[in-house]
Amino acid sequence: MGLPAAAPLWGSPGLLLTIALHPALSLRPAKASAPQPRDYCILGAGPAGLQMAYFLQRAGRDYTVFERAANPGSFFTRFPRHRKLISINKRYTGKANAEFNLRHDWNSLLSHDAQLLFRHYSSAYFPDAGDMVRYLRDFADRLGLRVLYNTAIAHVALAKDRRAWNGHYFILSDQDSQAYRCSVLLVATGLSVPNLVDFPGSQYAEGYESVSVDPEDFVGQNVLILGRGNSAFETAENILGVTNFIHMLSRSRVRLSWATHYVGDLRAINNGLLDTYQLKSLDGLLESDLTDLAIVRDHVGKFHVTLKFFLEETNQSAEAIPLPQDDNDNFAMRVAYDRVIRCLGWNFDFSIFNRSLRLSSGAAFGKKYPLIKASYESKGSRGLFVLGTASHSVDYRKSAGGFIHGFRYTVRAVHRLLEHRHHGVPWPSTEHPVTQLTSSIIRRVNEASGLYQMFGVLADVVLLKENATAFEYLEEFPMQMLAQLETLTGKQARHGLFVINMEYGRNFSGPEKDVFFYERSVGHTEDAWQSNFLHPVIYYYRHLPTEQEVRFCPADWPLPRPAAIHHIVEDFLTDWTAPVGHILPLRRFLENCLDTDLRSFYAESCFLFALTRQKLPPFCQQGYLRMQGLVGTESLRQHGVESGLLRGYATTDGQPEDSSRQGGHPPSPVQPPDSNKEEL
Amino acid sequence: MHLELMMSSSFSIFRVGISLVMLCIFYKSAGDVLPELSPHKYFSTLQPGKASLAYFCQADSPSTSVLLEELNEAVKPLLDYGISVAKVNCVKEETSKYCGKEKDVMKAYLFRGHILLREFPTDALFDVNAVVAHVLFALLFNEVKYISTWEDVQNVENALKGKANIVFSYVRAIGTSEHRAVMEAAFVYGTTYQFVLTTEIAVLERIGPEDIEYAHLYFFHCKPLLDLTQQCQRTLMQQPLTTLNIHRFIKIMEAPLLTEVAEDPQQVSTVHLQLGLPLVFIVSQRATYEADRRTAEWAAWRLLGKAGVLLLLRDLLEVNIPQHANVVFKGEEGVPVEFLVLHDIDLLIARVESNAHIEETGEDEGDIQDDEVAETVYRDRKRQLPLEVTVELTEETFNMTVMASDSVVLFYAGWEAVSMAFLQSFIDVAIKLKGTSSMLLSRINCGDWSDTCTKQNVTEFPVVKMYKGGKNPVSYTGMLGTEDLIKFIQLNRISCPVNITSVQEAEEYLLGVLHEDLISYSSVSVLGIFSPTMKTAKEDFIEAGNYLKGWVITGIYSEDDVLILSKKYAATLPALLLARHKEGKIDSIPLANTHTQDIVQIIRSALLETFPEITVENLPAYLRLQKPLLILFSDGNINHNYKKAILDLVKQKHLDSLIPCWLNLKNTPAGRGILQVYFDTLPPLPCLVLVNLHSDGQVFAFPSDQSITEQNLFLWLKKLKAGLQSHITILSAQEWKPPLPAYDFLSMMDASASQYSTSEAPENSKETDVQENDKKQHEDKSAVRKEPTETLRIKRWNRSNWFKEAEISFKHDKEL
Repeated sequence: MGLPAAAPLWGSPGLLLTIALHPALSLRPAKASAPQPRDYCILGAGPAGLQMAYFLQRAGRDYTVFERAANPGSFFTRFPRHRKLISINKRYTGKANAEFNLRHDWNSLLSHDAQLLFRHYSSAYFPDAGDMVRYLRDFADRLGLRVLYNTAIAHVALAKDRRAWNGHYFILSDQDSQAYRCSVLLVATGLSVPNLVDFPGSQYAEGYESVSVDPEDFVGQNVLILGRGNSAFETAENILGVTNFIHMLSRSRVRLSWATHYVGDLRAINNGLLDTYQLKSLDGLLESDLTDLAIVRDHVGKFHVTLKFFLEETNQSAEAIPLPQDDNDNFAMRVAYDRVIRCLGWNFDFSIFNRSLRLSSGAAFGKKYPLIKASYESKGSRGLFVLGTASHSVDYRKSAGGFIHGFRYTVRAVHRLLEHRHHGVPWPSTEHPVTQLTSSIIRRVNEASGLYQMFGVLADVVLLKENATAFEYLEEFPMQMLAQLETLTGKQARHGLFVINMEYGRNFSGPEKDVFFYERSVGHTEDAWQSNFLHPVIYYYRHLPTEQEVRFCPADWPLPRPAAIHHIVEDFLTDWTAPVGHILPLRRFLENCLDTDLRSFYAESCFLFALTRQKLPPFCQQGYLRMQGLVGTESLRQHGVESGLLRGYATTDGQPEDSSRQGGHPPSPVQPPDSNKEEL
Repeated sequence: MHLELMMSSSFSIFRVGISLVMLCIFYKSAGDVLPELSPHKYFSTLQPGKASLAYFCQADSPSTSVLLEELNEAVKPLLDYGISVAKVNCVKEETSKYCGKEKDVMKAYLFRGHILLREFPTDALFDVNAVVAHVLFALLFNEVKYISTWEDVQNVENALKGKANIVFSYVRAIGTSEHRAVMEAAFVYGTTYQFVLTTEIAVLERIGPEDIEYAHLYFFHCKPLLDLTQQCQRTLMQQPLTTLNIHRFIKIMEAPLLTEVAEDPQQVSTVHLQLGLPLVFIVSQRATYEADRRTAEWAAWRLLGKAGVLLLLRDLLEVNIPQHANVVFKGEEGVPVEFLVLHDIDLLIARVESNAHIEETGEDEGDIQDDEVAETVYRDRKRQLPLEVTVELTEETFNMTVMASDSVVLFYAGWEAVSMAFLQSFIDVAIKLKGTSSMLLSRINCGDWSDTCTKQNVTEFPVVKMYKGGKNPVSYTGMLGTEDLIKFIQLNRISCPVNITSVQEAEEYLLGVLHEDLISYSSVSVLGIFSPTMKTAKEDFIEAGNYLKGWVITGIYSEDDVLILSKKYAATLPALLLARHKEGKIDSIPLANTHTQDIVQIIRSALLETFPEITVENLPAYLRLQKPLLILFSDGNINHNYKKAILDLVKQKHLDSLIPCWLNLKNTPAGRGILQVYFDTLPPLPCLVLVNLHSDGQVFAFPSDQSITEQNLFLWLKKLKAGLQSHITILSAQEWKPPLPAYDFLSMMDASASQYSTSEAPENSKETDVQENDKKQHEDKSAVRKEPTETLRIKRWNRSNWFKEAEISFKHDKEL
């Protein structure tokens, strides 16, 4: 199939090309019989494919990216049609923390190269798609990623082999019938097939992918746009000023991203039509199921909307077809349209995958996405992972997994899973004494971008060691795979665990919600569980939840019911470092889960405890007793005495000054610490 | 303060017919016990005009019954109102018409003097509340009008317009605790206000839309009414019906609605403040006085029962208040007032209500910082630290700086209290070392430069690393304090182990001359001596020296003439020579087949003294030995004789199983705290104590009447060993549990979910109208947001026993 198409190319080559091609030609027959082996094959050199290539390259793995076009990111060379990306490129946050800044940089891929940040490529808050193309090319070039351009994989099949990592190889063949044998297949082909809805007259609709973007072509026209996504509104926005009016038709109500907190819904930057609709201009929105409709063309080439069953009743010429307004003379779409534009989104291209791969589409979201697990592995064949936009079924309409700023983290998670599965590298983690627990969590919730972007999907996990004296901290684990954590990460979770997730308020997001209602913000720590804006939530489990528990977790809960839960109260600045408002309640939560005292103490207090009590708090055990006590300065000591937390000893010969203790600082050495606590 | 108020009012209640003096005489002997009398005896004790409740029963009836128990409990409260209670035994000899014919139809009777007022069937007096409520109800027949229709209420209201105020209450039933509370209030205020009582829900519904589940009390402001066609203003009491709440409510209603003042708001106090309500001053100017007064009156009505409202005349004021402020808010006595700019009354009301909220939550000790490090750092946050004495590193400058110069870097995080506390010590180090050290003191805030810190393998805080000569950095593992860090930096000036090149130099080294300036940081100098061929032994020692870098000075000598040293110090090669500079002593330790870690151990234990002064800094090193401590506490330096006695025992190896040490209270004032735990009160000093930290926590004290001599000590220790001494205390073996509970968000969410599901259930079934749905969602939401927190706060209210305590004192005063 590829060969005839390639033949004309060879017809006219000069000498140079012939020489260059000669070795390739002579090798080809031999190779066709023995496909080139690769450990990892990535389909598509878009953002997700390149992101995975980067991680594989850094890990020193054997991989190849296959790209149909001559350059990376070919989707962005055409789309979005009006060239404005709606992913924000926030160049300034007032903070130096690079990880934090990624929370507000929705275009960069992850790498160690600070030059490869998108802010070096565009100064626009909503950048031009051309800059993305340039960025992706640089990303591939600067990092030296191994991409086979102009290689269109036309077919993927499965070949059983007991020696293969997954019991089978993936056999890829390109347009030249060159075959590649891959142990792991990473599909990052995005959504490339325009979504078509079949109804009578659908052939009259021009597609978003090909409709003119020149407003001049729409001057004085009545335009009907099918669809209500960003592409529909982007199209409308472009021609809003020159048309007579634009009607926009879709099954469901408009979903404003600032109400749903989902970046894939209608963004304010595209919502000009809503503004004019509500301000009594001629533009408007209509709700109806497209599959019930039909479009008929009259003799002057204008389009009329009618109902499908009218057509079924009669089989007449266009003029005679009944229209809704015949019976119902105030029918909303009774005017004739000059143009009908279809902006119904995109679907995954299933066509190249052999049926043996069982890469079926999920039922939940129509046929848009291939069916995958929360680990991004296909439900049909082991070793096939779907990355990037095509993997969005995991968190469709919930989180950011369909967008660069989200999937750059899910791709990293997949890479970590692969590293463990095939190379015995456990999930990266750091180990700390329990006294660092509060601080470790505070650090992550304040800076981690993966948690922030992929809220509800990727969560940090704290695995407690025996007796909870130490813990391991794992970042950005796909939380729906919690039950399989041990096998996926190579870590032990026998002594309880914490899961750190970011969440919006349970009942805050939704297309019909008023997100600006009065008193929407919560300020008091005891009301933290009612926080509406994105805030950290910490789940405590005594045992790793089972698969059953994860699958059947309570409605509205992202995870099974924990033994205890903590919400860090939402913060206007997303800065959760307030000592009393944020850190103290978190510490109390952790203390009560672990049944211990996690306060920090100065060396003098530890000294006193060491000589007056048989047991020491963890902070003294792990610091002071190892000769790493915190000495403190005189001025801090003074504050301590004033606050009543530290004891002031009179230096005179008289009785010690004891009044400061009377306030009842709970664990004075004389009185045992207050052990009454609420049952968790 | 509350106490005084209660007293004044309770005295006012003693009205005609009830003599306080009589009461006292009558009950002097009886106390609070239900007296048992014969009918004759009983009637002879009745005083004219005095009320008395008597329960007549057959002599052979059981002496205890539920009724008797309740009556017994009612003795004291009724006594407070001057009403006596008695059990009258109907004996055969004395017949009385009150003694029933049959056992089970006995009744209780209320008399005033000898006049029978009312008889009660015994089942009406089901508990102490019922007893008190019924008796007072009967006595206050005129003061408390019982009504059952709305017309009755209106009739009373019309009759009293312009004359007197009304206290209207609805209780669910007669004889309940709320009924009793109303009656007790009526007893006090019945002559001042007309009390109206109903048990009819229909009547209550006419007044207000409030939840009729509960008892209600309204104050009808009828007295000030001029236009008799108008309705009296009504104020609902928000708190539950208890005697104290009603009392407090009426006190507030009695206070003037609006007061004009021209003094410093800080100094102004009214009954509101004393009753725990805030004061709101509406600032007025002469020019707008009339309008301001109207506003203030309006506000006062709206805030009635929630705050006291005053009109503050700015022009007459001597103190300055901020120009723009139009409201001054005074939350409580002694707390600075707040100056506010509020543009409408709703904001003002919201402010007052939020204050109530803050007050309630403020009681929650869970919000109070109990981490001494976090609290001290927070309190010190506004002090400007001389940060400029250290170099601040960033992602860009980090690598360059640590490559270019020898640096000590502190990794800290702005939000991490321990690292911020240590930052202060670090700054002190920089100040102390200024100009004396070539070491660059620098710091990096990992809150800002997280990646840089992670690249240096720093993921917890604080961490100190020393970067020297482009080699791998060395982590500092000592005490997080100025002294130890200085010692570490200074000792790192030389590269240990120091390579000694001649016997002469070795002698200088051992004498402390070679590194004279460093001797104060390392009390011991260690010299490893090896013959040139002992390759592995040398390597092990060098590794150990590296390991102990910054802790102790080490040196190595392995020239051909090493035998000179070996002979001089009687050491077989390989060996360690330990020069103790303070004592001027040089010991030798053989090192045959000793590996790095063991060498480190040997040197570490060599650093320990035989009779050390224990300090905060060095205690952990001695605790590692896991032996009981024999501590001599001393206020100042110890007596030479004591020292000698102990050292002699050490020499005789009698103290091998112990760590003899002493503690100077002047250097280590925390020692006082320790002694207090051991002895409760501070014992005479010096005092000698044996602390068995590692086995059972027993503490033994050397008898204070004996002098600390070698002989006495020896005998005491011998007795101790034989178990013949008893301990003075056992140290607490308590685990370190969470100091306070956490918020139980899970149950709060459960509570809200259960409520949500019940209220939402019908809604789900009719999801047709989107708009209606939308509306509902918000209503539900507000309910969800509100209710559980509300219940929680109520719980918190109950937890504070302010009311209980006050109630007790209230009763107590009455008894006087």
